[in-house]
Amino acid sequence: MAGWLIHSAALGRQGGAMAGSGTTVIEVNDLEKRYGDRLVLRGVSFAVEQGEIFGLLGPNGAGKTTTVEILEGLRRQDAGTARVLGLDPRARRGDLLPLLGVQLQASELPARMTVGEALALQAAFYEAPVDPATLLDELGLAEARRTRFGKLSGGQRQRLSLALALVGDPRVAVLDELTTGIDPAGRRDVWDLVERVRERGVTILLVTHLMEEAERLCDRVAVLDGGRIVALDTPTALARAAGSGTTIRFRPSAPLPAGLLAGLPGVGSVTQTGSTVTVSGTGELAHEVIAVLARHQIVAADLRVEQATLDDAYLSLTGPRGDGPAATDQPVTDQPATGQAPATTRRS
Amino acid sequence: MTTQAAPEALPRGDALAARRTRTARVLGAMTRSEARLLWREPVIVMFAVGLPVVLVAILGSVPAFRDVDPELGGVRVIDLYLPITSVMAVAMLGLNLTTVTLGGYREKGILKRLATTPVSPLLLLAAHGLVVAGTAVLVAVLAHLVGAVAFDVPVPEQPVGYALAFSLTIATLVALGLLIAAVAPSAGAANGIGTGLFFPLMFFAGLWAPREAMPDVLVRISDATPLGAAVGALQDSMAGSWPGAVHVGVMAAYIVLCGAGAARWFRWT
Repeated sequence: MAGWLIHSAALGRQGGAMAGSGTTVIEVNDLEKRYGDRLVLRGVSFAVEQGEIFGLLGPNGAGKTTTVEILEGLRRQDAGTARVLGLDPRARRGDLLPLLGVQLQASELPARMTVGEALALQAAFYEAPVDPATLLDELGLAEARRTRFGKLSGGQRQRLSLALALVGDPRVAVLDELTTGIDPAGRRDVWDLVERVRERGVTILLVTHLMEEAERLCDRVAVLDGGRIVALDTPTALARAAGSGTTIRFRPSAPLPAGLLAGLPGVGSVTQTGSTVTVSGTGELAHEVIAVLARHQIVAADLRVEQATLDDAYLSLTGPRGDGPAATDQPVTDQPATGQAPATTRRS
Repeated sequence: MTTQAAPEALPRGDALAARRTRTARVLGAMTRSEARLLWREPVIVMFAVGLPVVLVAILGSVPAFRDVDPELGGVRVIDLYLPITSVMAVAMLGLNLTTVTLGGYREKGILKRLATTPVSPLLLLAAHGLVVAGTAVLVAVLAHLVGAVAFDVPVPEQPVGYALAFSLTIATLVALGLLIAAVAPSAGAANGIGTGLFFPLMFFAGLWAPREAMPDVLVRISDATPLGAAVGALQDSMAGSWPGAVHVGVMAAYIVLCGAGAARWFRWT
């Protein structure tokens, strides 16, 4: 299955699978862009290290696609700088494009072109492409090789567009809405493939609005809203910073001694409704609570532990107004984002 | 040239040569791909390739059209219609195929995706032009073959002039098709404009009444239209002379103007 990936890795492409080799591959500084009167990017800065999977998250109109289109050399920023592999995406287009794999958000092919033909043609654009047949196999498209684009399902089209982005064996891949239209099982296959691509040292910039995808794949995530980055951290740190922390609900087998839980480290509040006790707090809350219950020989029935997710973080950062495009014209907040962490933080 | 410079200069030249080779290879692959796609469009093949040939066969089957007509300057109707049907094939390709194909490539984001690869979207336009040219030549050869074998239509007496005039015809219509694709808001609109232009332009090319049967004033107008100039230049070459300066000039002007307009207004996304 992983044929071409393993092969490429064996050829010694910058082996260091996980991020942390310290080489900055994508660097964006104070990017500004306006369309007419509308300011869509208001000073976006971030840096992506080699081998990292970096996510751009945010509601529609937040500026995600504009940001990646500047990095792909499709648009020119009004202010600020963008560098990919140290190259200016517009001035050094000719040097950058052979090293870049791009999956555009919405891109079709001629309806009568087959999957195999499309991939073979794209492979001819690059000096050392990967084997199209193996790539099709890995993306579950081997059987659709002779199928015309017009007859493909949405998920198959999306996989083909990923194959087109990867067939040139890029050093940097920019994937816009990677798994849109793919069913949950297919989504996992695609995520596995992206992880294997990263293991070869390929740096990946991922635009997504699927929290699950960001949590699963991304080492770090930048949340964009209204044209600025409102948070930048690992998915776990963002979730933790979202504030709600951990909530535990259970029915104790015996009445709880007064103050038993309230005094534990990390506990914020203890409430009881009927027979159900709810404890909220931070840190190793579940462990602390269960340990102390055990010491008092109280069994916690119907125990439920709820962790704040990236979803919560995302909603608290971008506000409850969801994807209303109308929201994007307004500045998010006057204060610097609370979730912002040093750009070097990464998942261990 | 110092001795140090030489080894550097050589690889640089090699790199350039390698890039040229790759561009040529990609253009070849794209042209084959475009040709394959064209042949998968049965409607286009039927109209652009089949119809002109069938038209020659039908017109040639009318006995009166095989008689020398003194009112047409001593030629037969079928002789006049060979250049007209060949031009019609090019017109259908340029005004319908080129407009729809390129408008569609923009609408589907194909040109935008190409702009993110090492290959320029211009190469796709070139590949498309080559396929149109190849198809047009094929249709013209088929039409002339049917004409020559079945109805004794003579081969062009000035073949080089004929080839030149036909090449200009192809370039004129591809340029016109590109201009339409450039200014039309959508592929559908481009197709509408192309089809709308087809009938008046073919009228002046003499599809309904050959230029030889047109009143003087219509011939003057015809000379200034792209397809009228094309048929005029082809007919002159059929008769043995070089295409006239007016016709060549008119086509060249359309190529330059439409080409410049297309380059100015063409949007890749």
